[in-house]
Amino acid sequence: MEMHEAKRVEIIIEAPLERRLTKALRDAGVTGYTVLPVLGGSGRSGQWSRDAEVSRASGMVAVVCLIRPERLDALLEAAFAVVERHIGVVSVSDAGVLRAERF
Amino acid sequence: MDDILSLAATNLISPIILSFVLGVVAALARSDLTIPEAVAKGMSIYLLFAIGFKGGAGVAAHGVDTTLVATILAGLVLSFALPFIAFYLLRVLTPLGVIERAAVAAHYGSISIVTFVAATSVVGGRGLNPEGYMVAVAAVMEAPAILSALWLVSRSNGNANVDAGLYREILFNGSIVLLVGSFLIGVATGEDGLEKIAPFIVAPFQGVLCLFLLDMGLVAGRGLRDSRSDLGAGAIVFGMLMPLIGSMIGLLAALAVGLSPGGAALLMTLAASASYIAVPAAMRVALPEARPSIYLTLSLGVTFPFNLTIGIPLYTALAGTFVGG
Repeated sequence: MEMHEAKRVEIIIEAPLERRLTKALRDAGVTGYTVLPVLGGSGRSGQWSRDAEVSRASGMVAVVCLIRPERLDALLEAAFAVVERHIGVVSVSDAGVLRAERF
Repeated sequence: MDDILSLAATNLISPIILSFVLGVVAALARSDLTIPEAVAKGMSIYLLFAIGFKGGAGVAAHGVDTTLVATILAGLVLSFALPFIAFYLLRVLTPLGVIERAAVAAHYGSISIVTFVAATSVVGGRGLNPEGYMVAVAAVMEAPAILSALWLVSRSNGNANVDAGLYREILFNGSIVLLVGSFLIGVATGEDGLEKIAPFIVAPFQGVLCLFLLDMGLVAGRGLRDSRSDLGAGAIVFGMLMPLIGSMIGLLAALAVGLSPGGAALLMTLAASASYIAVPAAMRVALPEARPSIYLTLSLGVTFPFNLTIGIPLYTALAGTFVGG
């Protein structure tokens, strides 16, 4: 099976920012992404868990994009404009995808 | 004084308070007891719909009087003004910086709808009939405090992250839309409408409130367990002093507009309560440098239990004493 090179960008961000981030991604031409719930974690800003949340205010979500390598910089610029001042993690890893025309 | 102590004692052994205490104890004991997120969300929708509808039906039954507009205006002024008091009180009591003081102040100018619902239950249990439109007052008091807090930050040369989308999210957040919407349905359908759905929104209300407060106790207990080290003694004193100051200003406003004792107790509760749903979300967007472990723990872990156990009976008794009937 032929695999095609791609980049997997995972952005873990505060839930109230989700809509702003996905809009910035769409505006940058990134129309494919997946939003996942995050159960809890720990980092520079302390420990948190969904069980201790009364609303989405301090919850987190993960936005995952698989894109062609040449589109990575545009995506990161768009994402950075939103996440710059906020709690969260942005990571990029190499990936392989089937059906390259979909990315 | 005896009246206040007796009301406080009765309140403390009520099912809703004991359910909240059970949640806190379970969380502090690290029990695995949890209320599923979807169930908690469903219960909050139920409570907001029921309280809004009953308020609207009350207005339809008793008509609109001249104090309605005055009370709504008083609520707006309180919500705009209370953050300034909170901001300067925090400066005296805590070492927090401008942005965190502003974020906390926004919470204390806004309101906690669950505290309001619990107060409605206590006030109703005392045989006081508050004005139905207090629900609308609660809705208008949700958002103005956020604007005051953002102004306090901008005046101090701070950088708030505000866009048009944020204002829309504040004004049309789910709680406000549901509360105002169900209130208007109650006004439109009146007592007949209430009678049709009473078996759903009146009879089970107290039981659902108990379960919801059990969940709130779990959340508050976990917040306290994980974040109490972030709060200094001054912040904890603030979390209990600010509701008392807010309630006294609420009492003065209630006297000025001529509310009934029940309505005055609710306005005092609204002025004393602190948001933990609408404002935290807005602060995460507008003031991301402010730590949620400070403002959420203060609001939910200190002020909410304080109001639930001591505040509401105190405000109800004071309203009965000073407002008379």
